[in-house]
Amino acid sequence: MSRFKKGGKKEMPGITSSSLSDIVFMLLFFFMVTTQMRETEQKVKVTTPEASEVVKLERKDLNSYINIGSPTLQYQGQYGTDARIQLNDAFRTTDDIRDFIAAERDALSEADRQLMTVSIRADQDVRMGIVTDVKQELRRCSALKIMYSARKPAK
Amino acid sequence: MAKKTPAINSSSTADIAFLLLCYFLMTTTMGSHFGLSRRLPPMPDPNQKVEDQKVNRRNIIVVKINSADRILAGTDAIDVSQLKDKIKEFLSNPANDPNLPEKEVKEIEGYSKGTYPVSKGVISLQNDRGTSYQAYIAVQNELVKAVNELRDEFSMREFGKVYSYLDEDQQKIVRDCIPQNISEAEPKDVGKRR
Repeated sequence: MSRFKKGGKKEMPGITSSSLSDIVFMLLFFFMVTTQMRETEQKVKVTTPEASEVVKLERKDLNSYINIGSPTLQYQGQYGTDARIQLNDAFRTTDDIRDFIAAERDALSEADRQLMTVSIRADQDVRMGIVTDVKQELRRCSALKIMYSARKPAK
Repeated sequence: MAKKTPAINSSSTADIAFLLLCYFLMTTTMGSHFGLSRRLPPMPDPNQKVEDQKVNRRNIIVVKINSADRILAGTDAIDVSQLKDKIKEFLSNPANDPNLPEKEVKEIEGYSKGTYPVSKGVISLQNDRGTSYQAYIAVQNELVKAVNELRDEFSMREFGKVYSYLDEDQQKIVRDCIPQNISEAEPKDVGKRR
């Protein structure tokens, strides 16, 4: 009498995939929490300069971006390689900053308007001339809180 | 006897979740935004008469960057690496040099010793239209670094901790004692590059 039954074809038990969806959902939630919507398409090439003393921006929703840099390859035929300003989704000049700031300010609630920050994302190779023009225009619109975008140096 | 309900086939939920995951991966960016925070001076009122700002000469250091990214701090041309120490010496004035900024004994709210000789030094930053943005940020960074190191030294002396570990009230005291006075001068056109 054999205690253990042998023989017969054993079937491989199927791996349960019911927990797979849970794992993927967890990943999904992680990405939903840690990321934010990409707001605009980059039309200018911006490599921010390095700076070691950078601070983190606290309220991202109060921030508007001014991108300055030379147009990306696909727009170079149309706009050349000289540094240009990008507001939202289009190439603009310094004259349009006033309207842009006004629109951004309107989008905020009354209490938050004082805290609005304008982030200047300029490429490290642009000349200060265009940045100075932008700064002067911002002063005229009394959007005085600014931030020079920079990245932490890689260690 | 009640019929057993057949289990719902859940193998496709993983696929659905994957699709969602891919969507979020494509449309979002990681939230990491860093920069140097600054406050611009308000535009002067054109109707207002230009008042002569009486700032004692010893209280101001002019940092100039020309179109070739060379730096002039005060009276001598220096390298970026030397700038931080020069600014620190200027702001702290440890030997009470009559050529370096004077100090004003100010009452600081919440400070245990009551008063602190606050330096009246102002850093004035001037740049050219042809200065590269990289050099400009490098200089700004050095200026901030000088102030931050002075603040750290002060906090170590007073509270035994570095500035970033202090609580909000203590940070305010440190900020009052060592202010960050960086003025970005009206733009000037000196020697065009383009």
